[in-house]
Amino acid sequence: MNNFDESVLTLLLVLPFAAALALVLWPGDELRPMKWFSAAVALATTVLVAWVILGFDYTEAEQYQFVSETEWLTQLGIGFNLGVDGIAVAMLALTGIAFPAAILVGWNVDARSKDYLILLNLLVGGVYGTFVSLDLFFLFFFYEIAVLPMYLLIAFWGSSTNFPRFTRLKEYSAMKLVLFLVGGSVLIWISIIAMFVEADLNTFNLVDLQRVGFDESFQNWVFPLLMIGFGLLGGLWPLHTWSPDGHVSAPTSVSMLHAGVLMKLGAFGIIRVGIQTMPEGAEAWAPLLLGLGAVNVIYGSIAAMSQTDLKYVIGYSSVSHMGYVFLGLATLHTLGVTGAVLQMFSHGIMTALMFTLAGAVYHSSHTRDIGVLSGLAKVMPVGAFFFAVAGFASLGLPGFSGFVAEMLVFLGLFQTYPWIGALAVIGAGITAVYMLRLMAKVYFGETAQRWETLPDLKLNEKLVAGTLALTLLIVGLAPFYLIDVIREGVRHIPAVTG
Amino acid sequence: MNVNFSLLVPEYVLVGVAFVVLTVDFILPRRHRIHLSWLAAAGLVLSAMVVMVRRWDTVETLYDGLFIADKFGLFFFVFLTTLTAVIVLISHDYVRKHIRQPGEFYALMVFAAVGMVGMAQAGELLTAYVALELLSFSMYVLVAFRRDDSKSNEAGVKYIVLGAFSSAILLYGISMVWGATGTTYYAGISEHLAANDGNLDSTLILGLALILAGLGFKVAAAPFHMWAPDTYQGAPTPVTAFLAVASKAAAFALILRLFTQGLLPALEEWQVLVAVLAVATMVIGNTVAIVQSNIKRMLAYSSVGQVGFLLVGVAALGYVEDGAVIPVTLASDAVMLHLIGYAFANLAAFATVIAVYNHIGTDELSGYEGLAKRSPYLSMVMAVALFSLAGLPFFVGFLTKFYLFTAAAEAGLLWLAGVAMAASVVSLYYYLMVIKRMFVDDVAESDTIPVAVSLPSLSWLLLGALLVGTILLGVYPQPVADVVEAASGAILPGA
Repeated sequence: MNNFDESVLTLLLVLPFAAALALVLWPGDELRPMKWFSAAVALATTVLVAWVILGFDYTEAEQYQFVSETEWLTQLGIGFNLGVDGIAVAMLALTGIAFPAAILVGWNVDARSKDYLILLNLLVGGVYGTFVSLDLFFLFFFYEIAVLPMYLLIAFWGSSTNFPRFTRLKEYSAMKLVLFLVGGSVLIWISIIAMFVEADLNTFNLVDLQRVGFDESFQNWVFPLLMIGFGLLGGLWPLHTWSPDGHVSAPTSVSMLHAGVLMKLGAFGIIRVGIQTMPEGAEAWAPLLLGLGAVNVIYGSIAAMSQTDLKYVIGYSSVSHMGYVFLGLATLHTLGVTGAVLQMFSHGIMTALMFTLAGAVYHSSHTRDIGVLSGLAKVMPVGAFFFAVAGFASLGLPGFSGFVAEMLVFLGLFQTYPWIGALAVIGAGITAVYMLRLMAKVYFGETAQRWETLPDLKLNEKLVAGTLALTLLIVGLAPFYLIDVIREGVRHIPAVTG
Repeated sequence: MNVNFSLLVPEYVLVGVAFVVLTVDFILPRRHRIHLSWLAAAGLVLSAMVVMVRRWDTVETLYDGLFIADKFGLFFFVFLTTLTAVIVLISHDYVRKHIRQPGEFYALMVFAAVGMVGMAQAGELLTAYVALELLSFSMYVLVAFRRDDSKSNEAGVKYIVLGAFSSAILLYGISMVWGATGTTYYAGISEHLAANDGNLDSTLILGLALILAGLGFKVAAAPFHMWAPDTYQGAPTPVTAFLAVASKAAAFALILRLFTQGLLPALEEWQVLVAVLAVATMVIGNTVAIVQSNIKRMLAYSSVGQVGFLLVGVAALGYVEDGAVIPVTLASDAVMLHLIGYAFANLAAFATVIAVYNHIGTDELSGYEGLAKRSPYLSMVMAVALFSLAGLPFFVGFLTKFYLFTAAAEAGLLWLAGVAMAASVVSLYYYLMVIKRMFVDDVAESDTIPVAVSLPSLSWLLLGALLVGTILLGVYPQPVADVVEAASGAILPGA
């Protein structure tokens, strides 16, 4: 390992925060240089992520790589420790793609763009930080940072939704989201501190804590706290209600990051902090996670079917898709967990793509009502094409990444809980129904007169949609590299069998 | 008895500064008196420097432990005088606009500082009481300092009546402790408690409970907090800041020393009491803050909530294992760290309130609508301060709360830490509502408030320093944590 390898994660982490600081101190009001600067920073993080991916040695995936350790607060044994395993690498890849995409899509935001960019940078810094932290304090630290900018991003730049009988205000959605997530983080916080005291090593070092082997009774009461606390951000039923509201109210690029990347922090936390430190607790509680995950899949897809708002459909489909992640994790089987992580990646890209396209429709037509929108394919052929790609990936058509991921989850389920596996397949069927219906209604069919003049995707949107769609396709056709990396990371978790 | 009076040189300097400020006030022409703030601040800083030179490595007592000079005392001497100096400077513009007797105003603040350093270094109950009264009397006058303002007068009356009441309770408790143990020295009480482990006189327990209640009044712990909101709202804002930050820090210095050097052997008797007090304080402070429409009242309830967090640390000062009390040094570290972090964030908040008040003349929350547009700088400082108070990462509040709650868990009070975290989430709600007003809401069309808020350069600098401190301590706490650890080692050795 050379010097750069040791500092590459630190650099990756510092870049977005430094960019945010630079923007705070930015002289002048000219917006274009700020946007270009942010795009450059986002791309720079992508390059660093690529460096990590290419340099990751997956013959030795049982070890954390690119490790750097710095003492931070000796009194509490907190260290600024960074490192990645196969799972984190997949998540970095997701973030490395979604971040520049979000900056590009947010290019057209013109109200207080400077503050917008600052908050986006903070958010992504928090996301990168959570994925690479090997210290519980910092993992929690960055986790909270990733959640907080959401309040302002939604409350200021978001949009309210009119329902027949009431209006869901963006301020309401923003507050609901933050209070739910911070409330969930209380459970995480309690668990972290309990682990610190129980291990009695005076350290928050995650690698050390993963080796402790906690008492079974301890694991049995702490694991559910972690599962629910982190699961909340992953949209675990019945605590998912903040998620569709939040996704819908958020501006496009924030929806992309939030549904695309942020929700994955929750599932990632369950693996990294929950399953990896508490194998017995995970085994004991897996049936509950399985049950809730199954409800997620079925409930999410049925709820998506009955929505009339374009973004709410996508929001509930996220709830449903995150269900597969929970199902995969609950199998505690190599295939299932690998599938879950791949699903996290795949859903992140897919949902980012969908929100890009929904945002494009909303910005030009100023409505998201499925009942009103129709036949847009004629006026926005490019948008329709990409939406079809995202939709097919979402319903698990072979050739797209969603298929591979869900397949692995199903295989894992049939090895462990075949009945739930059958249920999950039914869920995928319902997804096909509402996705196809949505596409048929919004994009195909008669083009209403008032939509005749709608513009197609803008250049930045085309660029983003193209990249995201291409990623879906590449991972769908040649998933081997990603699967290998993830599987090597998953295989070495003590709780995971098979 | 051979008494080393030269040990008290820093205190002499401090008292001297107060008298110099009063004297110069007579000599200076009226229009120059506003600059007495510089003199007072410089004097306070000077005394802090003197104490560092004179007592850096000193561990010495006067009158058999009536006054204790150690690292803990040194830390609080420097901390409290610096705090007072900062508050003196923060009040500069406020005093120029709203206060007619700057000399007396600043001299009283310095006198209050004398009382505060006494509280931190007293090793005996009556000495601590006298020091506390010196602080309280200065504050009684300062709270009612705007004689032409009925709110300020009302605040003064409430404060003095309830303050005198709580002093009486405290004194009554001290007399009972003296009756039961025959001593008022912390060390003597500690010996008595250790010797009579398990069968304490009920007079003694009642005495301890009364002392706890009296101190509870002073720090505004629920259910003894009723005076705080009215007093905070009515007092001149710099005085409110002083009450919320400096006098609270001094009271906790007293509490820390008393509970570690005096009462630790009786941990089993008071731990539950303090824990219950902490829960009540956190819950009441943080929930009632939600419905406030005046920012000073909101900050008053929020600081009641913060006292609850600090009491969590006090309850966690030790735990009982096999009948022996094991001290938890993390807990006293955490209380002191939280006091520092709280001071930075809360002073930043109050400095913003003062700047806004100086400009638009109101403390109502509605005055903060659209502040981000009128003054991005002020709203940024306020946002950082509130985020830090809510305990969010990057800011010092996150670290100090993390420290506090870890200490609580270390003392076996994980449930208490859980309650504190939940209270912390509630607090986030009302802090976010202020943030929403500043950043999301717009200034109403008919608003007569001028759009741009201009800041005097002194306020600008002070706000900047507090802002940087709030962030810097949140990302690089090691040096301060080391200092605090050394200081708390002086009162809580071992473990």
